[in-house]
Amino acid sequence: MLVLTRKNGEVIKIGEDIEITVIASKGDQVKIGISAPKDIEIFRKEVYDQITQENRTASADISTFLNLFKKK
Amino acid sequence: MNNTYKGLMEVKINTKYHGEKEIEEKEVITFVKPIPGFPDEEKFIVLPLDEEGSFFALQSIQNEQLAFVISNPFLFFPDYDFNLEENAVEQLELASEKDVLVFAILTIQEPFDKTTANLQAPIIINQKKNLAKQVILNQTGYITKHLLFPNKKSVVKG
Repeated sequence: MLVLTRKNGEVIKIGEDIEITVIASKGDQVKIGISAPKDIEIFRKEVYDQITQENRTASADISTFLNLFKKK
Repeated sequence: MNNTYKGLMEVKINTKYHGEKEIEEKEVITFVKPIPGFPDEEKFIVLPLDEEGSFFALQSIQNEQLAFVISNPFLFFPDYDFNLEENAVEQLELASEKDVLVFAILTIQEPFDKTTANLQAPIIINQKKNLAKQVILNQTGYITKHLLFPNKKSVVKG
């Protein structure tokens, strides 16, 4: 992992199209601005991981419930 | 495991809950972005699971073992409400609200009363172009596990 030190207002450029700006920092919180092409998906990682986890759980086999659906 | 295309228009696939199924190309939905956790699957079909049309299987046509149970969230959550970000509108090539179809992925639980719906990450389909995306909603208050039957409480005896 590349580690860079930046001050408020300074920018990191990733490739041609992505810029990350440190907007403000206070204590253990950092406010970050990201500008990227529309096609690039940006997520809070813990949220994305939670959706991934829920999708995996949801894809479990439900064959035993199929009768329940058909009875209705 | 892998299904083979036999022709351009009609394809026979194996499914998780519907046995062997002949499907038409126009039924196939393409995900414009991968479903989180399933980066290799992009083509799916929607197959009914019950007679009333409340529950469907979102079946991968590339992997017969992968099927999600989905439902119209507004049936269970009439006040469900969110804004689709401009990004998603563009990716799904949505021109009109009429083309939007919304599904929630269900996590089926035993007993069935404990089943939950993921309202934080609905599946949005452009039914005109058969494009889909699982959209992750931010700061809406919706979570990945909303009880489908919140008022149905088990009676505790003793």
